[in-house]
Amino acid sequence: MALDVAIACLKAVVMLLIALQVMAMGVYFERKVSAIIQDRIGANRAAILGFAGQGIVNTLVADPLKFLLKEDVRPAGADRFLHTLAPLAAVIPALGAFAVIPFGDVLEIGGRTINLQAASLDVGILYILAMASLGVYGVVLAGWASNNRWSLLGGIRGSAQMISYEIAMGLALIGVVVTYDTLDLQEMARRQGELIWGWLPAWGILSQPLAFLILFAAGIAESKRIPFDLPESESELVSGFFTEYSGAKHLMFMMSDFVEVVLVAALVTTLFFGGWQVPYLGREGFHFPWGTAIALPSLVVAILQILSFSVKLVFFTWLQIVIRWTLPRFRYDQLMRLGWKGLLPLSLLNVVVSAALVLLREGRT
Amino acid sequence: MSIPLFLIFAALTVASALVVIIHRNPIYCALGLVSTLFLLALLFLGLEAHMVAVLQIIVYAGAIVVLFLFVIMLLNLQVEERAMVPRPLIAVAAAGGILLGALVLVGIAQTPLAAPVPVHADYGGTEPLAERLFTTYLLPFELTSLLLLVAIVGAVVVGKRRA
Repeated sequence: MALDVAIACLKAVVMLLIALQVMAMGVYFERKVSAIIQDRIGANRAAILGFAGQGIVNTLVADPLKFLLKEDVRPAGADRFLHTLAPLAAVIPALGAFAVIPFGDVLEIGGRTINLQAASLDVGILYILAMASLGVYGVVLAGWASNNRWSLLGGIRGSAQMISYEIAMGLALIGVVVTYDTLDLQEMARRQGELIWGWLPAWGILSQPLAFLILFAAGIAESKRIPFDLPESESELVSGFFTEYSGAKHLMFMMSDFVEVVLVAALVTTLFFGGWQVPYLGREGFHFPWGTAIALPSLVVAILQILSFSVKLVFFTWLQIVIRWTLPRFRYDQLMRLGWKGLLPLSLLNVVVSAALVLLREGRT
Repeated sequence: MSIPLFLIFAALTVASALVVIIHRNPIYCALGLVSTLFLLALLFLGLEAHMVAVLQIIVYAGAIVVLFLFVIMLLNLQVEERAMVPRPLIAVAAAGGILLGALVLVGIAQTPLAAPVPVHADYGGTEPLAERLFTTYLLPFELTSLLLLVAIVGAVVVGKRRA
């Protein structure tokens, strides 16, 4: 019993560590990739004992320390309770959503079979939708509680945007759920280990390409980053909903921003790119389609899977940052048009086509 | 869910529901509503109804109350003034409330409680719920969606006329 609790805690810690590590990498990418794209050198100032590590010291040590040591300013007339609650309301649901993301298949150790997923829920993906939909409160409350018109505008924009894109996101997920025939993300990842024509891994991107595009776009919109960063839009609203935040609270908003980026990456990886799957790697080892088989112990398989998941996670985090520094911001009407007239009908189409294909495949009428 | 846990969550639910009707700042009222709905979802979880709990959060806490907040912020509603209510009215309302509470209590006290029966393994899961919804309860389900559609069309018509 105590061992079970310990294992459950350990799994949660592993998932959290993966998420936070990739988040830290995201922050680093954000500074260095933007510098490369804009032909600058980027962060390289702070150093420990002469080690600047191309800005690693800057992003991982100096920046967070600076945030933590700065004065916490609360503007006059701001609502004391809600002003403090808002950053918490932004970051907690984003981190909580990682509980159902699988980071490996199963680990057989000491006669136990451990499912490498922090929480195996029957409702799986709906739980992520629930957490994502709670994330909007951080934005709305920060906007309202700051007693600042820019913040308020940012908060209003944020709530409208997140509600609009949640619909496209949910509908795109229906196509995915219909195809995999399950809501459990672990089961979805396992289904992607099957092979098409005996050699092609059946990753979701092949069966649900449209859902991938919709989900990725809606996911970036949910995390409120360029080209969808109207709640923040520093050229009009100073810093949008978190204009009036400083110090540790500002750090929490930044953190929730990057955690959401990693969450989108994790979701895309799990649903469309095999999650923890390594091509041809099964529970007993590699089985290549040309007949070669390499047996591996369960621990090695699990480590390879966690590695595979992490690499994909880092890739999609990086991709989102490149997108951020490549595209200009939408206008508000363009944002709404894309959400309601572009992604929503496309996701409806995707639901119909996926359902028809599943019916055909299973030969039902 | 164990009894003490249930009592804690139930008390918190009632407390947040009270915030909704008593607090004078509309934002806090809306947040009280979020909290009430979220705690209700936890109570559903305690009843092994996972699907209903998650839907409760997605639909109510995650979408509908966000729209409430959106409207409150857009209209920039201020802290409400306490209205002057005639004393007899307060007395009548209080008496009515107490009477209703007493009736509910009497009703609960007179209902014999059945011994708890263990639910079967897939109770409250997605599949059994969906199966009931699309077989036994298909007609009410479809009628409800029709009702919602009519409401949406109605809202659009009302909005158009004003513009």
